[in-house]
Amino acid sequence: MHSILAVDDSASMRQMVSFTLKNAGFNVVEAVDGQDAWEKASQRDFHLVLTDQNMPRMDGISLTKKLRENPKFKATPILILTTESSDQMKMAGRAAGATGWLVKPFDPAKLIEVIGKVIR
Amino acid sequence: MADMSNESASASAGIDLSQFFQVFFEEAGENLETMEQMLLELDVNAADDEELNAIFRCAHSVKGGAATFGFTDVAELTHQMEALLDKLRRHELTPTTQQVDVLLTAGDALKALLARHQTGGGAVPDTTELLFSIKTLCAGGQLDGQAAAAQVSAPAGAAAPVAAVAALPDGQRVLELTVGELPDVTMADNLVELFKEITGLGTIEPLDAGRAADGMRRFKVTTTSSDNDLLDLFTFHVPREAVKLAPMGAGYGFHEGAPGAPAETAAPAAGDQERGYGFFSNAPGAPEAAAASPASPAAAPADASAVPRAAAPKAVAPARAEPKAAPMDSATLRVSVEKVDQLINLVGELVITQAMLAQNSKGLDAGLNQQMSSGLADLERNTRDLQEAVMSIRMIPMSMVFNRFPRMLRDLAAKLGKKVELVTQGEATELDKGMVEKITDPLTHLVRNSCDHGIELPADRLAKGKPAEGTITLGASHQGGSIVIEVRDDGRGLNRNKLIQKAREKGIDAPDSMTDNEVWNLIFAPGFSTADVVTDVSGRGVGMDVVKKNILSLGGSVDIDSAEGYGMSVKVRLPLTLAIMDGMSVGVGDECYILPLGSVVESFQVKPDMVKTIGGSGRVVEVRDEYMPVIDLEKVFDVPRFDFEHVSNIMVVVEAEGNRVALLVDELLGQQQVVVKNLEANYRKVPDVSGATIMGDGRVALILDISTLVRRTRH
Repeated sequence: MHSILAVDDSASMRQMVSFTLKNAGFNVVEAVDGQDAWEKASQRDFHLVLTDQNMPRMDGISLTKKLRENPKFKATPILILTTESSDQMKMAGRAAGATGWLVKPFDPAKLIEVIGKVIR
Repeated sequence: MADMSNESASASAGIDLSQFFQVFFEEAGENLETMEQMLLELDVNAADDEELNAIFRCAHSVKGGAATFGFTDVAELTHQMEALLDKLRRHELTPTTQQVDVLLTAGDALKALLARHQTGGGAVPDTTELLFSIKTLCAGGQLDGQAAAAQVSAPAGAAAPVAAVAALPDGQRVLELTVGELPDVTMADNLVELFKEITGLGTIEPLDAGRAADGMRRFKVTTTSSDNDLLDLFTFHVPREAVKLAPMGAGYGFHEGAPGAPAETAAPAAGDQERGYGFFSNAPGAPEAAAASPASPAAAPADASAVPRAAAPKAVAPARAEPKAAPMDSATLRVSVEKVDQLINLVGELVITQAMLAQNSKGLDAGLNQQMSSGLADLERNTRDLQEAVMSIRMIPMSMVFNRFPRMLRDLAAKLGKKVELVTQGEATELDKGMVEKITDPLTHLVRNSCDHGIELPADRLAKGKPAEGTITLGASHQGGSIVIEVRDDGRGLNRNKLIQKAREKGIDAPDSMTDNEVWNLIFAPGFSTADVVTDVSGRGVGMDVVKKNILSLGGSVDIDSAEGYGMSVKVRLPLTLAIMDGMSVGVGDECYILPLGSVVESFQVKPDMVKTIGGSGRVVEVRDEYMPVIDLEKVFDVPRFDFEHVSNIMVVVEAEGNRVALLVDELLGQQQVVVKNLEANYRKVPDVSGATIMGDGRVALILDISTLVRRTRH
C-alpha cells in the first residue's frame, strides 16, 4: 500500500484530503505544518508528499526544499496545493524541486485523478 | 445543508463533503477570532511583518476551506480581504486604521455568513458595499465615509482580476458560470439555448449534471468573448446580479521532467489551466515522460521507494537530534459538548451508585469482608478521581470570555470619545463551560458600565492629573473552591453622597449611618442609576440589578470596592462548576434536604426561651444579642409527620444576599459533595428549591434555594 504524507494547517482540509485518500486505498499520515511534516518525514518513507503552501512555522516551498536535500526524498513526488495559481508560485515551486501543483479548491475526484498520475 | 451535500457528492467521487463542514465551521470561527484579535492588537504605525503574515494566513485559510466546501460567498469575501492583506504584507500598501476597521467589519460579515450556512437559515447578509470598500482600499483608495457605491457590480469585479490567468493561447478562456439564486431554476437552461443560438459564442456544459444544488446552477463555459459581453447577453434571460463568472483555471499541473510527473507532462502548457494542476519538467518524482531518460535524476515511484531504504540510516540519525515539539493541533481532539455531558451524567450516576454501595456496606463486618471493604475503598477513590478528570474536560480558560472585550471596548470607547486600555490578567484560569456561557453577559455589562460611567473623558482625566488613557483591568483567579473575576477601572469611582441622595429620591431607605459597603451595594437596587445623562450604552437603570441577580442564580456573589476619584472594582465570586456542589444534608421528619455549604454560617441547638414570636405568626431567634427570622422547613414544605410529640430543636443559620435566617430542622445528617440534577428539566419548577440530587441510600433530596428562602422573611 502506498503511503502519502498530507500536510495542511487547516484541520478541515486535512480531514478532507486524508479521508479521500484513505477511501482510495492509500495509507495517509497527516502533518499540521512544514515543520511537523519534516519531523514525520525524517522518521519514515513516503511514496508521495502532498503539501499546502501557506502554513505557519514552515511553508510548502521550504518543506519541498528541505525534503529534496535529503537523499531519501530526492525522487519522491511532491505536490504543492495552492490557492495562488500564479506563474510566480509555480516557478517558486519548480525552483524548490516540486513535482507539480494542484490548485485549491479542488474536489476529491480531482485529487485522486492527479495522484493516480504519479503513483501507480 | 443537505442540498449542498448533494452537489458535493455528485462532484466528489462519491465522497460526501458535508461530513467536513462542522470541522470547517469551527476552524473558520477560530481563524476569524484570531484574525480579529490580531487586527485589534495591530499597531498601524509599526506593523510587524510576522503579524501581517499571520493575519493574512487566517483569511487565506478560511478562503481555502470555503472554496473547497462550496461556500462561495465566504470564499469571495475572504478573497478580497486576502488581496488587501497580501498588499499589506508585501508593503505595497501602508496599514491604516480605516483598513483595520473595514477588515474587522468584514470579519463580522463572515461570521454572519458562516452562521447562516451552519444553521441553514437567517437573512442573507449583503456584502456588496463591503466588497466595494475592500476593493477601494486595496486599490490604494480612501473611503469617504459614504462608500455606498452599490452600483458597482460585485460579480463583474470579482471575475476581472483573475480572468487573465485563465486566458488560453488562442484567446479562448474557460470560465465557471454560476447562476443563482433564481425564482425558477430552469431559467438557467435558457443560457444553454443562448449558446446554441449564437454560434461563435463558445460552448457551455452543465457542471452539476443539471441539478440545482442549493438553488445555484453551475456551467463550464469556453469562450473568446469578454466577461462584460457575456454578462450583457445573459441579462436577457436571468438577472445580472444572479450571474457570476470566474476563471475555471482551478486545477493542477505537472512540471516538465519533474520526478513523478506523468507522461502527458510533455505538453502541459495549454492543458494546465483547465486541469488545474501540473508537474515540473525534470523535477524529482515526475512521471514517465519526464523520467523517460535514464540519465535524468528523475526516478519512477517504484525506484523511489528503493532509494529511501538505502538512504534511510543516514537520514534518520540527524532526525533524532531534532527537538520533538509536538504541535498543539495533533494533540487535541474535538468532541461535541453532548458527548462530554453524557460522560458527566454517567459519572454522576456512578458516583451515586458508589455512594449507595458504601452506605450498604456499612452494616457489614469489616473483619469478615476485608477484601470487599478494600475494594470499595478503591472504588471510592477511583470514582472521585474519575469524576474530577471528567469535570476537567468541561473546563475552559477565561480567555474565551475575555477575548471578546478588546473589540467591544474599542468600539465603545470610540463612540464615547474616551481612551481606554484593557488589561487582562489570569486568562488561563479555568471555569466550567456552562458557567462561562452564563457569566459572559453580566461581565459584559460590568465592563460597559466601567467604560461608560467609570472612565472620564480624556480632558477631564488630564485635568485631574491622570493619564488621558483610562485603564480597565479584567482579572480572574482561583480562590479556594471558587473563581474570582474582577473588573477594575481607574475612573471617577463612586460618590457616597450622590448615591445616598439618589437612593432617597427613589424611596430607598438610606440612613447616613450606612457603611461604605452598604452604600456601594445600592447600585444593585432595581431601577437605580446615578448617571446624569442616559446614554444608549448604559445608565437606563436596568442592568446592575439584573447582573447581581444572574450572578446570585449561579451560586455566586458580588463585592464592590471604590475610592472616589481613583476608580472602582467589582469582584464576582463564582463556584467552579454547576454540576457538583458541596452540601450539608439536614433531616426534617422523614425527608432530607441539602443546603449549599457556602451559605451555611453556623448551627446550634435551640432552647425554648431563645425563640420569640412577633406579630401574628413571625418568629425570631436571639443569637448573641442579635435577632434573626426563623423559617420552619417543616411548614414550608408541608413535611408529613406522624410523631406528633416531636419538637425540632436544631437551627442552621444560612446567609444569602447579606441577610441571615435560621432554618429549623430535626437533625444534621452530614456534609457531602452532591451531583446537582436539574429539577425543572426533569419535573417542574418548585418554589424555594434550586435542584435535586440522589443520596447514597437512593433517596431523592431537594437542594434548597437559600436566596428565595431569605427573601420570604422580608415580606
